[in-house]
Amino acid sequence: MTPDEIVAELHDGMTIGIGGWGSRRKPMALVRAILRSPLKNLTVVSYAGPDVGLLVASGQAKRVVTAFASLDSIALEPHFRRARQDGSVELTELDEGMLYWGLLAAAHRLPFLPIRAGLGSGVLEVNPELRTVRSPYADPFGLGEELVAVPALKLDAALVHMNRADAAGNAQYLGPDPYFDDLFCLAAARAYVSCEQLVPRLTGPPQSMLLNRAMVHGVALTPNGAHFTSCVPDYPRDEAFQTRYAKAAADPAAWAEFCARYLEDTEAAYQEAVRA
Amino acid sequence: MTGITRAEVCVVACAEAWRGDGAILASPVGLIPSLGARLARLTFEPALLLTDGEAYLVDAAGEIEGWMPYREVFTILAAGRRHMMMGAAQIDRHGNQNISAIGDWKRPKAQLLGVRGAPGNTVNHPVSYWIPKHSARVFTPRVDMVSGVGYDRGARELRVVVTNLAVLDFETPERVMRLRSVHPGVAVAEVVAATGFPLVVPDEVPVTRAPTAPELALIRDRLDPTGLREREVP
Repeated sequence: MTPDEIVAELHDGMTIGIGGWGSRRKPMALVRAILRSPLKNLTVVSYAGPDVGLLVASGQAKRVVTAFASLDSIALEPHFRRARQDGSVELTELDEGMLYWGLLAAAHRLPFLPIRAGLGSGVLEVNPELRTVRSPYADPFGLGEELVAVPALKLDAALVHMNRADAAGNAQYLGPDPYFDDLFCLAAARAYVSCEQLVPRLTGPPQSMLLNRAMVHGVALTPNGAHFTSCVPDYPRDEAFQTRYAKAAADPAAWAEFCARYLEDTEAAYQEAVRA
Repeated sequence: MTGITRAEVCVVACAEAWRGDGAILASPVGLIPSLGARLARLTFEPALLLTDGEAYLVDAAGEIEGWMPYREVFTILAAGRRHMMMGAAQIDRHGNQNISAIGDWKRPKAQLLGVRGAPGNTVNHPVSYWIPKHSARVFTPRVDMVSGVGYDRGARELRVVVTNLAVLDFETPERVMRLRSVHPGVAVAEVVAATGFPLVVPDEVPVTRAPTAPELALIRDRLDPTGLREREVP
């Protein structure tokens, strides 16, 4: 599939999970395809980086479900920060472990999973729909604890980026961390993978073969498709470009110029522009 | 050795936070805590596990000794085998910490990072804090969004709060913040004035220990030869 064909399968109002972490191995070519589409009213579930920043900046993300929004080497995601401060985006703020647990619950088709994270914190106050449970068993730890029941984070679609994939949807990460990309795929009704290289057959360590074709509904070849986030070992984060992104985000005129230069044309034009 | 700087005192005070922890994951956030954790590992706490900031466990020389992707971090943190030192935009006398947002959460005056893993960290394993600029803006009567929980909200163990002026802890009957030591050259009154809530101050406040000669050599020659520490704590 092409990124545009994948995005054509998404609909207004969907809950979309995006893999990667912060500014690491994000399916940015798919995010850029969403930017070129008329999609709106999206709920975006993500360990948030510039994926969320761009969808907030475009106004297409109505709600964000996350524990943070960061560019890693730049601590705060500038678009997310501004949108929160001017009230233009809704937020479901969870602890990072709760987000993991919500994806795991959805992947396992469970209504919820219990966790300690969140107890006593502001997370339960700003999300009054969250409930707690007590164990129905004699407690082996003798604590008689109340636990947070993290609801399943069921996704309409998941978008992840892998180093290698085959056309059937088997896919492989070659960097140091799988993040939660397998759970994003299993938590979603439909999962789409973009990849650096499309290969006839995966080779290398079996532990790196994170996704199989039962978890994936579409594959797109997008070389340099995680740019400007990192996709090691294929390439590191483009720190210079990320700095340019963050600087442009701080000023509406500069941002309009950035969009015109990089984001309003095709993916091929984007890749050409960032090489220039 | 002469000319010990405040930053070097802070590095050692951070290192001391991990004393006695053994083979647990040390998770420092920021430069001074990172120098402290690595110093602890190189000296009195050799069993500590450290990461490269991404997914590898690395030894004192930075060589890979294991794998710690995020999902394993969540497992080891739930197992309680971790001691993290985080920052705080705000912290109150019970140790409630805020890194999420300043002002009304619904529409914050300043959106910060988000709660990250602070809620889960604080109910599962020991947590300490590093505050590079001790002030009443940070040490507030109440925090705007409780990210890391304090002792009044179920914290497992809040070990110490290290600042540019002092070391604080919660070793009081009510588990509220106490002045543990002042750094060399800092007056108790200075710390009290820079704290926006009533601080428990013992009759005798010790002085934070100075780095030993071998510790100074490690900090200056091996861990931070370009002196970045002096920029964080001038």
